[in-house]
Amino acid sequence: MRKTTNVRLLGALVAFVAVGASCSAQAGDSDPQAFTQIERGRYLAVTSDCVSCHTVPDSNQPFAGGRAIETPFGNIFAPNITPDPETGIGAWSDDEFDAAVRKGIGRTGSPLYPAMPYNAFTKMSRTDVQAIRAYLNTVTPVHNPRAATALPFPFNIRAAMRVWNALYFKEGEYTPDPQKSSEWNRGAFLVDGPAHCGACHTPKSLLGGDKLNQYLQGSYLQGWSAPDITNSTRLGLGRWAVDDIAAFLKTGHNRVSAATGPMAEAVKLSTSQMTDADVRAIATYLKSLPGVEDDVKPLPQDNPAMAAGAAIYRDQCSACHALDGRGVAKLFPSIADSSMVRSADPTTAIRIVLRGARSVATASEPTAPGMPSYGRQLGDGQVAAVLTYMRNMWGGAAPAVAAKDVTRVRSETASRPD
Amino acid sequence: MHKTSRPGLSRRSILLSTATLFIAGATGARARTIAGSLPWEPNAGNPLTPVKLGPWEFFTGDEGRAMEALADRIIPPDPQTPGGKDAGCAVFVDRQLAGPYGRQDGLYIRPPFKAGAKNQGHQMEAGPGQQYRQGLAALDRACKSKYAGKPFAELSDSEKDIVLNGIESGDFQLEGTDGKSFFEQAIRDVQMGFFADPIYGGNRDMVAWKMIGFPGARYNYLDWVNRHNERFPLPPVGMTGRAEWTPQTR
Amino acid sequence: MARRLPKKDVVIIGLGWTGSIMAQELTDEGLDVIAIERGPWRDTPTDFPPSYMQDELRYRVRHELFLRPDQLTFTFRNKMDQTALPIRSWGAFMPPNGVGGGGVHWNAEMWRFLPSDFVLKSHLTERYGKSFMPEDMTIQDWGITFDDIEPFYDRFEHLCGTSGTAGNLKGQIQEGGNPFEGPRSRPYPTPAQPQPFSQTLFAKAARELGYKPFPQPSGNLSTAYTNPLGLRMGPCTYCGFCEWFGCGNYSKASPQTTILPVLVRKSNFTAQDNSEVVRINVDRSGKHATGVTFVDSSGEEWEQQADLVILSAYTMFNVQLLLHSKIGQPYDPIANSGVIGRNYTHQTTSTVNGFFNNKKFNFNPFIASGSIGMCIDEFNGDNFDHGPHGFVGGAYMGQVQTGARPIESTLTPPGTPKWGASWKSAVRDNYLSTVKPGTGVHGSFYAYRDNYLDLDPEYKDRLGRPLMRITMDLHENEVKQNRFMTDKFAEIIKAMGADQLAKHYRTAPYDNTEYQTTHLNGGAIMGTDPKTSAINRYLQNWDVSNLFVLGASAFPQNAGYNPTLTVGALAYWAADAIRNRYLKNPGPLVDA
Repeated sequence: MRKTTNVRLLGALVAFVAVGASCSAQAGDSDPQAFTQIERGRYLAVTSDCVSCHTVPDSNQPFAGGRAIETPFGNIFAPNITPDPETGIGAWSDDEFDAAVRKGIGRTGSPLYPAMPYNAFTKMSRTDVQAIRAYLNTVTPVHNPRAATALPFPFNIRAAMRVWNALYFKEGEYTPDPQKSSEWNRGAFLVDGPAHCGACHTPKSLLGGDKLNQYLQGSYLQGWSAPDITNSTRLGLGRWAVDDIAAFLKTGHNRVSAATGPMAEAVKLSTSQMTDADVRAIATYLKSLPGVEDDVKPLPQDNPAMAAGAAIYRDQCSACHALDGRGVAKLFPSIADSSMVRSADPTTAIRIVLRGARSVATASEPTAPGMPSYGRQLGDGQVAAVLTYMRNMWGGAAPAVAAKDVTRVRSETASRPD
Repeated sequence: MHKTSRPGLSRRSILLSTATLFIAGATGARARTIAGSLPWEPNAGNPLTPVKLGPWEFFTGDEGRAMEALADRIIPPDPQTPGGKDAGCAVFVDRQLAGPYGRQDGLYIRPPFKAGAKNQGHQMEAGPGQQYRQGLAALDRACKSKYAGKPFAELSDSEKDIVLNGIESGDFQLEGTDGKSFFEQAIRDVQMGFFADPIYGGNRDMVAWKMIGFPGARYNYLDWVNRHNERFPLPPVGMTGRAEWTPQTR
Repeated sequence: MARRLPKKDVVIIGLGWTGSIMAQELTDEGLDVIAIERGPWRDTPTDFPPSYMQDELRYRVRHELFLRPDQLTFTFRNKMDQTALPIRSWGAFMPPNGVGGGGVHWNAEMWRFLPSDFVLKSHLTERYGKSFMPEDMTIQDWGITFDDIEPFYDRFEHLCGTSGTAGNLKGQIQEGGNPFEGPRSRPYPTPAQPQPFSQTLFAKAARELGYKPFPQPSGNLSTAYTNPLGLRMGPCTYCGFCEWFGCGNYSKASPQTTILPVLVRKSNFTAQDNSEVVRINVDRSGKHATGVTFVDSSGEEWEQQADLVILSAYTMFNVQLLLHSKIGQPYDPIANSGVIGRNYTHQTTSTVNGFFNNKKFNFNPFIASGSIGMCIDEFNGDNFDHGPHGFVGGAYMGQVQTGARPIESTLTPPGTPKWGASWKSAVRDNYLSTVKPGTGVHGSFYAYRDNYLDLDPEYKDRLGRPLMRITMDLHENEVKQNRFMTDKFAEIIKAMGADQLAKHYRTAPYDNTEYQTTHLNGGAIMGTDPKTSAINRYLQNWDVSNLFVLGASAFPQNAGYNPTLTVGALAYWAADAIRNRYLKNPGPLVDA
C-alpha cells in the first residue's frame, strides 16, 4: 500500500507563512466600497477555502489564524489574515499580498512554506487576488499574533524553499485551452487554481512536491487517504455521472458516497457554497481526466478473507449498507459503487471502520449520518477481511487489505483527535 | 429565519459554531452546551468488554460449587445441549453479582425500608448479592443437616431435585432466608444467563440460541421478512461475532 | 445561590419529542431557544450502533437507556388508606431520560385517537346516559375536537415518515386500512410494512371471523424517506430490537432521526444536557414565569431566565415540577378540588399467547419491527355498542409481536414446570412456534377520583425534594373491559390454529411490578374549566400564561391507543397557537 513514510505533503497544506511582519503602515489600496469587487473576492475566498486553514476550528474569529497545519515536517501555524494592522495584513500593500498569494513570497521577500498553496493560487489573476484582498479588508479585524512555526532542520531554513520552488513551482496564470468548452476551462481553472484540489488528491514527492504523472490519482495526508478523482473506472469517478459529482460537492452526499474527514470540511466551508455552475464545471473537468485503467480480477469467493468478510458484512454492515451493497441514496454510502473503498491506499476506509465517521451536514442534506466505530469489536484481521470482501464484491476488484495495514492505521490514528 | 422583534420577546442570536462547551461537572456525565452541529468524536460508543473466564469474582468456592450445581438442575444437560453449568450460567450470575447489578447501582436505596404489598415491589435493604450469599449458605446448611453432612453440590441429581421441588412448594424451608423467593431468583438469573449474549459469560458458544433457533445479535432480516414459515438459514451471532468471522488460513 | 445565565426568549424543559417539536417551531419563528435536558445527549452512531445495541440484558433487562431510580423515582400505593412505598426499581413503566426522551426507545406505534375520544364525556353521556358510567369516574372532554387536531396529526405523521394504510381518506373508507379511524386529509407518507408470518396469519383469522384487520401504523419505515425538514431515514431491517433500544440504522422515527440534526444547526438554538430543571420560577404576582432553575451534573445551580417557558418533560416529571414549583392548586381527592395531579391514568393492556404445532408452524418470531403487526379496531373506543356489556372504553387488539428476544420470549405452554429437563425441552419445542403479542390487547384507561398524583410525605429524592406519590388502582370498569377484550382476542388467536392458549387478563389490584406500558397520562390535564383542568385547550397554564405544558400529562383520560402520535400532534397544535396567537399578544389565550 503506502510505500513511503508520510514525507509527502508540504505542498498539500494551506498555511500562509509570512516572515518578519515589520509594520510599515501602508494600507491596501482596494476600494472598500466596491461591492462588486468585494463580492467577487468573497466568492474566490470561498472557492479557495481560505477560512479553513486561517481559522482555528470552531472559533468565532474567522481568518484570525492560529490553526496548526500539520505537515510531515512539523506543524505550521497559519497567520492572521484579518485587516488588523499590527498582527494581520492590514498594513500590507496590494503588491505584497499578490506576491504572497501567487508567488509564495513573504512580505520581507523571503519564501513562504508551500503549505500555502501558492503553486495553485498562481493560476488566479492579479485581479482575482486583489478581489480577495478587498474582501479580506471587510472582515472583522482581530488582534492575534501568530505562534512561531518551528520546523526542524533543514526546513527551518527559509532559503531552502527556493530549491523547492525551482523543482515544483510553476508560476503563471491559467491559460484556457481553446479546444475545450468554456465549462471545462472553468473547471480546470477551479481545480488547479483556487480550489487547489491537487493539494490533497495528487501524490507528493519526498519533498512534498506534486507528482505530476499521477495528477489527482489520490494521496495521503493527516492520517487520511484522499481518493483518486480522475475518471478511472475502478479507482476514480468513472462510475459517477457529472450530476453525482456536482451533488457531492454541493451537498456532501450523493447516491454513492458521503463526505467525511477533511473532505467534509472542504464541502462545508467551500464547495457547498460554490455556484451550481461551478460545481458542474469541476465535475465536467474531472470526468475528462482519463486516469488509470487497469484490469484487476476480484479475489475468489473462497478466499479465506472473502469468506470471513462475507460473514462480518452480513452480520454487521448490511443493516445500513444493505445486502446488495448499495446502501440508501444520500444516507448510507453504496459500498458496491464506492471507489474510495477500493482505493490503492485503504487508509481512509480502514480508519472509518475503526474509528467511525460523521458525514458532513449541509443546508440541503442536513442529516449528517454517522458510521459507528468498530475498532473495539473487530480485530485487525477481521477489519481487513471485511474490507477485502467489500473491495471485491458487486463487480469491484482490488488487492486484499492486510491485517498489518489495519494495525498501522490503528496505531497512526490512535492519538488523533479527528 | 429571524423575524422582527415583538413585545416581551427580545431577539438575541449568538454565533456559536462550536459543537460542545462544557459548563461544569466533577463526576460522571458532564453537563454540556450543544450548538451548531451534532457532537461527534472518533471511537465513540461504549461496547462491553467480554467476561473473562477465571476465578470467581463474587462467590466463594463453596458458593460457586453450589451455584454450578443449582444451574445444572435448573437447566440440566441433555445429549444435544449442555446444562447450565457448562453453558456458563454460574459464571454469568457471579459476574452479574460482582458488577452493577449486585451493587444495586442506579436503584433507589434510601431509607426507610418498610414491608409493603407484593405489588409495591422489592423493599428490602439487602441487594441480590446478600440474597445469594444467604440463600446459598442456607441451602448448603439445610442439605448438610438432611443428607448426612453433604452440601447441595454433593447430592445426587434426584436428591437435588427433591430439595428444589421442596423449596419451590414451600415444603422444604431454608433457615434464615426466604428459600422460595431465593430459588425463584436463581431460576430467573440462571435462565437469563443461558439466553443472554455470550459476552456476559453464559450461553457459551451460543448453545442456548442454537437450541431454540434464535439467530442472535443480528440487525437485518430484510431478505426473510416475506419468507413465511421458512427456517432462517444463518447460524447465531453474538456481539463478539461467530466462528466464521475469523479468516481460516489454509 | 444560583448563577444566572444570559436571558433567552424561550426555555424548554426536556428535549424529547415535544421539546424538539416546540424548539423546531419556535426557532423557525426566530426566537432564541435553549432546551435543558436532564439526561445525556444521544445520537444514532454514537449511542445506538447496530454493533452492540442488540443486547437484551443491557437494554431490556437492565434498562440502560432509561432514567435510574436513584436520580428520581416515585412512591406507589393502590389506595388512599395505604402507605406509599418507593419504586426502588422500575416495574409497571419505565421513565425515559436523555435527549430524544422516550422517542429513542419506543416502538413507534403511530395511532390517532378516535373523534369520539376527544369529546368522551359528552359522547358517552349522550349515547348511554350519565348513569351508565361509574359514579367516581371523572372523564372529561378535551376542549378540542378531532377536526382541530387532524392537521397536526398529519404533520407529525409526515415528520416521522409513518408507514401505514389509510382507512378513511376525507370520509371515504379505504380497503385494507382501519375503517374506524377519523377522516384523514392525506394517505400515510409511506406504505405499510410487510408483515411476517404470524401477523399475516392473525389477519387471515380475523378476516374469517368477520373483522377488518389492517397493518398497525408504524414509525419504523417500510422504505427510505426524506421528511419535510430534509432529513433522511432508511428502511427498517426488522432486527427485532426496537422497544427498549435505540435504532441503529435511522429507520425508526425519533427526535434524533426527524428533527435534531436540523435544529442543532440553527444559530438561535442551544441544548444543555445532563442538567435537571428543579423549579419553574414565578414572579410575585404568581401569573408570570421568569424562567427556570436547573442543577448541572456537579450539583451547581443555575438560573435561566426566559420570556416563555415550555414544560415538555415526561408526564410524571411535568406534574412533579408543577407541584415543586407551586404552580396551580394541588389536587385534593377528598374535597375533589384542585387540578395538579388530577385524572392520572395508565393503559389497560393484556395479552394472549398461542402455542402452535412446531411441525407445521415456524414463525421466525425474531423478525419484527417495533410496530409491526396486524390489528383490528372493532372493539375500540365506542366503535361498538357498550349497552349490553356494562362497561365503557375499548381496545385495539392484534398480533403486534415486536421480536423474540430470548430472555423474555422463551415461553412454555401452561402447566410446564419452571425449571428442569421438561422446562428445557418445552422451551426448545416452542420458541419458533409461539405467538407472543407484546400488548395484544391495548385498552383505554379512564379517570377516577381516587387515581391521582401528589407529593409523598416521607420519601425524598437525591436533592431532598419530596418524591411524587402515585395512588392508582384498576377499577371494575377497566377489569370488565379487559376481560371482554382478552376473550375476543383469544378467539382470534385460537382461530389462527393455536393448540394451546395462555390468557393473561389484567386484574386488580394494579400491579406496579409488572410492566404494562409507559403510557402514563394526566395530572396536568387540558380542558375548558380552570377548576377541573390545569391547562387550557392550547396547553397553556391557566394561572401562568407564559407557561405551556406539553405531553400526555394533558390527557384528561387515556384512549385505547398508544399516546405518542397524539402527544406530538398536541405539541404542534400548541406551537401553532404560540406562533399565530400568543406571540402577537402574549397573555391568556382563553379567558378563565
